[in-house]
Amino acid sequence: MTVPVSWYLMLAAVLFAIGTIGALTRRNGISIFLSIEVMLNAANLTLIAYSRQLESHVGQVVVFFVLAVAAAEAAVGLALFIAVFRQRHTIDLNRINLLRW
Amino acid sequence: MELLVFLIFAFLAVAASLVVVAHKNPVYSTMALVVTLFAVAVLFVLLGAPFIGVLQVLIYTGAIVVLFLFVIMLLNIGREESQLAGHKAQFFTAIFGAVLFGGLVILALSSVRMGAQSDDPSLALVSLKGLATTLFTEYLLPFEIIGLLLLVAVIGATVAARRPPQSEGPAIASGFEPRVDPVRSTPHEEPQP
Amino acid sequence: MLEYLWLIPVLTFLGATLNGLFGSKLPKSVVTAIGVGFPGAALLVALGALWQFFGDGGNPVTQLYWTWAAPASLPASFDVAFLLDRLSAVMLFVVTFVGFWIHVYSVGYMSHESGYWRYFAYLNLFMTAMLLLILGDNYLIMFVGWEGVGLCSYLLIGFYYDQVFPPYAGKKAFIVNRIGDFAFLVGMFALISKFGTLRYSDIFPQVLADSGVVTNGTYALGLTFASFVALCFFVGAMGKSAQIPLFVWLPDAMAGPTPVSALIHAATMVTAGVYMIVRTSSIYHAAPGVSLFVAVIGAVTAIFAASIGLAQNDIKKVLAYSTVSQLGYMFLAAGLGAYSAAIFHLGTHAFFKALLFLGSGSVIHAMGGEQDMRQMGGLKKHMPMTYWTYVIGALAIAGIPGFSGFFSKDEILHAAAGNGQWILYAVGLITAGLTAFYMFRSVFLTFHGKFRGTHEQEHHLHESPAIMTIPLCILALGAVVSGAAGFPWNNWLHHWLEELTKRPVGLPEIAEHHVSVLLLALVASAVAIVSIWFAFRVYGRDRGLAGDQTFEQRFPAVHRLLENKYYVDEIYDRFIVRPLAALSAFFWKGIDMLVIDGAVNTGASTVEVAGEVGRFSTTGNVRNYALYFFAGVIVLFVWLIL
Repeated sequence: MTVPVSWYLMLAAVLFAIGTIGALTRRNGISIFLSIEVMLNAANLTLIAYSRQLESHVGQVVVFFVLAVAAAEAAVGLALFIAVFRQRHTIDLNRINLLRW
Repeated sequence: MELLVFLIFAFLAVAASLVVVAHKNPVYSTMALVVTLFAVAVLFVLLGAPFIGVLQVLIYTGAIVVLFLFVIMLLNIGREESQLAGHKAQFFTAIFGAVLFGGLVILALSSVRMGAQSDDPSLALVSLKGLATTLFTEYLLPFEIIGLLLLVAVIGATVAARRPPQSEGPAIASGFEPRVDPVRSTPHEEPQP
Repeated sequence: MLEYLWLIPVLTFLGATLNGLFGSKLPKSVVTAIGVGFPGAALLVALGALWQFFGDGGNPVTQLYWTWAAPASLPASFDVAFLLDRLSAVMLFVVTFVGFWIHVYSVGYMSHESGYWRYFAYLNLFMTAMLLLILGDNYLIMFVGWEGVGLCSYLLIGFYYDQVFPPYAGKKAFIVNRIGDFAFLVGMFALISKFGTLRYSDIFPQVLADSGVVTNGTYALGLTFASFVALCFFVGAMGKSAQIPLFVWLPDAMAGPTPVSALIHAATMVTAGVYMIVRTSSIYHAAPGVSLFVAVIGAVTAIFAASIGLAQNDIKKVLAYSTVSQLGYMFLAAGLGAYSAAIFHLGTHAFFKALLFLGSGSVIHAMGGEQDMRQMGGLKKHMPMTYWTYVIGALAIAGIPGFSGFFSKDEILHAAAGNGQWILYAVGLITAGLTAFYMFRSVFLTFHGKFRGTHEQEHHLHESPAIMTIPLCILALGAVVSGAAGFPWNNWLHHWLEELTKRPVGLPEIAEHHVSVLLLALVASAVAIVSIWFAFRVYGRDRGLAGDQTFEQRFPAVHRLLENKYYVDEIYDRFIVRPLAALSAFFWKGIDMLVIDGAVNTGASTVEVAGEVGRFSTTGNVRNYALYFFAGVIVLFVWLIL
C-alpha cells in the first residue's frame, strides 16, 4: 500500500514541533542551532511531499536552495558563535544579554 | 513494503530528533542529528527525490554537521548544567509547540486532497534530467543568486570569526592557546646577533 | 520723463534697500549720499514728470505695470498701476519736495546718531510707501502704501529702541492705526462687492454719471452704500490722520526723531486720510449725513486738540496737538464738500508745520536734547535764523494775512459759512484764535525773555549748521508763497481740482449762502491778531513762565485737565486696554497654555510613558525574543487558517 502523502506531512509537522520546542527551551547555543536544523529538515520534507503530490519538480528545486541556504546560515551562525565566545567565554544565551533594558 | 520502510524511518527520525532536542551533551545531540538526517534522506528517496536525498547526506551530514562538531570541539562546550532554564519559558514553549503542531496538522489535512497515490512516483518526477532541466531553465537566476549567497556567507563567516586585532582583544580562555604571531617574534630575535 | 513715473518710488526704494542692507558697513558719507541722493533723484524725476504733466494740460496719465491678481469672478483685475492726475500731482509735489528737504535737514540733525544708516533706510522706505499711496490708480495700491507708511511710522517712532518709551509709542501708533485699517478694508470689500473693482477710473465715472448707483436702497447698518463706504473710509482716516477718537498715538509719536515728526506726523503720512477722502469725493458727495459727521468730527477735533496745546510744556507736544487740530480743519473742509480747500490746507500745512517741527528740532539740537519750554527762553539772540523762520511758520499757522495759512484756513471758514454751518464756523474761528495763541506762546516762551535752563545748556547754545538752516529757509519760503495757489479772487487750486471733486448727477442741489469773503477775512484776521496780542500780553516781554503760573493758580482744575490732555489716554487704558489685556491673558493662560499646549503635551507624555513601560520587553535575552517571534508566528497561522 502506498503511503498517503498526508502522512508525510504529519510527520513533518511533528518534527517541526519537536524542533521548535528544542529551539525555545535549550540554553546552549549550539543545541538551539541543532534544533533549528531539525526544523529545516521538517520543512524540506514538506516541500518534497508536495512535490510528489503535485508531480512537479519545483519542490525539489526549492529544497535544493533551502539546503544551500541552510549551509550558509550554519557557517555564518557558527562564526558568530565563535566571535561571541571570544568576548564572553560562554554561549549560554541567558548570559548574553547586553541589549537588556 | 513502502509502508514498512516509511514507518521504520519515520519512527527513527522522530526518536532521533527527540534526542537532538533533549540530550544534555551537545556531541550526542549532533550524532542524533546525523541519524535524523539520514532518516529524512531515506524518506526523500521514498518520495521520489533521490537526488535530493543524496544531496541531504552529502551537504548536511557531510559538511554542516562536521562544521558543528568542529566548533563544538573548538569551543570545548561541555554538558549543559540545566537544560531547562526557567519553568515559565518551558511552559510557554510547550504550549507553543503543541499549538504549532496542531495548526500544522490541520493545515496538512485540510489542504491536501486525501488520497493515496496509487502509483509509484512517476519516472518523470524521479529523473534527474527533469530536475536539472527545471533547475537550469526556470530557476537559473535563483541558482546563480544562491551561488552569490554562498560567497557572501563565506566572506561573512571568515570576517566574523576572525581574531580581533592584536592591540585589543582579551586573553583567550582556556582551551584556546594564543598562537605566537610570527611577524611579531622577528624583532625580538634581531638585536641578538 | 512722464514715462519714468514708476522710477520715483523705485529710486527711494533702492535707497532704502542699499542703506538697509549695507549701511552698517558703509562710511557715513556714502550712507548720506544714498540716503539723500536717491530721494533727490526721485524729486528731479517727479519735477520732470510734473512739468510734462502741466504742459499737457493736466490730463490724467495711467501707467499699468503688471497685473497682480485677476480673479475670474470679478470683471476687472487688480493691477499695479499708477495714476498721475491733478490730485495726485499736487500730492506728489508736496511729498517729494518737502520730503527731500527734510532728508537734507536730517543729515545735520542725525549726524551723531549711531543708527544713522538705519534712519535713512527707514525714511527712504517711508517715502516709497507714501509715493505708492498717492500714485496708485486703485485702492489696493493705496492700501499697500497705507500699510507701508504705518510700518515705517512704527519703525521710526521706535527708532531709539534701546529706551523704554519709543518702542511702546511705536506699538501704540501701529495698533491704533490698525483699528482704522480694519474699517478701510471693510470699505474696500464693500466696493468690490458692488463694483467688482477697486480702480478709481472704474468706480468714479459710474458714480458721477448716476449717483443712484450708490444711494439707492440700504446696503448695511441701515445706511446706503455710499454712506457705508464713506463711513468705513472715514474711520480708516480717523486712525491714520489722528482724529477723535483715534488721535492718541500722535502725541506719543513725538518720541521719534524730530525730522520724523516733521515728515511723517505733520506733512505727509497723517495727510493720507485727507487725500483718501478727497479721492473718494464722488461717494462723499452722495453721503451727506456721513460728510456732515466728518465735518463735525473734524471741527471738534480741531478745537479739542487746540485746547490741549495751550497747556503743554514740551515744544514737540504743542506742535503735535497743533497738527491734530489742523488736520481737523482739513476734515472739516472735506466734510463740507470743500475738497480743494482741504487739499489747499494740506499743502500749506505741510510747509509751515514741517518748518515749525524742523525749527523746534533746531532748538532741541541747540539745547542738547532738552524739549521742555520751561527750560528755554531768550534763544532768539543765539539762533536768529531758526527764530525768524519759526516766526514765519507761526504767522502762517495763525492765519495772518499774506501768509499761506491765512488763505487756506480762510477758504475753509468760508466754506463753513457758505454752507450755513454757523456752529462749525464758530468752532473753526475759535480754534483759529486758540491756534494763534498757543503758537505764539511757544514762540515767546522759547525765544524771548531770559534763559531759564542750566549753565551747561547755556554754553551749548548755538545756531544750527547750514545743512539744517537751509531747509528751514526753503520751507519758510514755501510757507509764504504757497498761499498763492488759492487766492480767493483767483483760486487756481480750486479750478485745478474742480473736475475731480465735482458732484455726481442726480443729487439734490445744496443751497449756497453767499457770504462776503472780505468780511470773513477781516474777522479771521482780527481774531488772529487779537490772539497774538493777548499771547504777547501774557508771555511776552520777559514775562516768561508767569503767565502759565497765573493760569494755573486762577483755574487749577482747567489747567490740570488740559495739561493731562483730558485724561483721554487714562480713560482708554481703563476701559479698553485693561479689559482687552485681561481677555488676552485668559486666552493665553487658560486656553493656549492649558488646552492647546496641554493636548500636545499629553500626546508627547503618552509616548514617553509608553516607552517607560514598554522598555521592559527588551530583556536582552535572545530566547525571549525567539518566544515573541513564535508567538507572532502562531498568530499568523491562526489568522491564515481561520
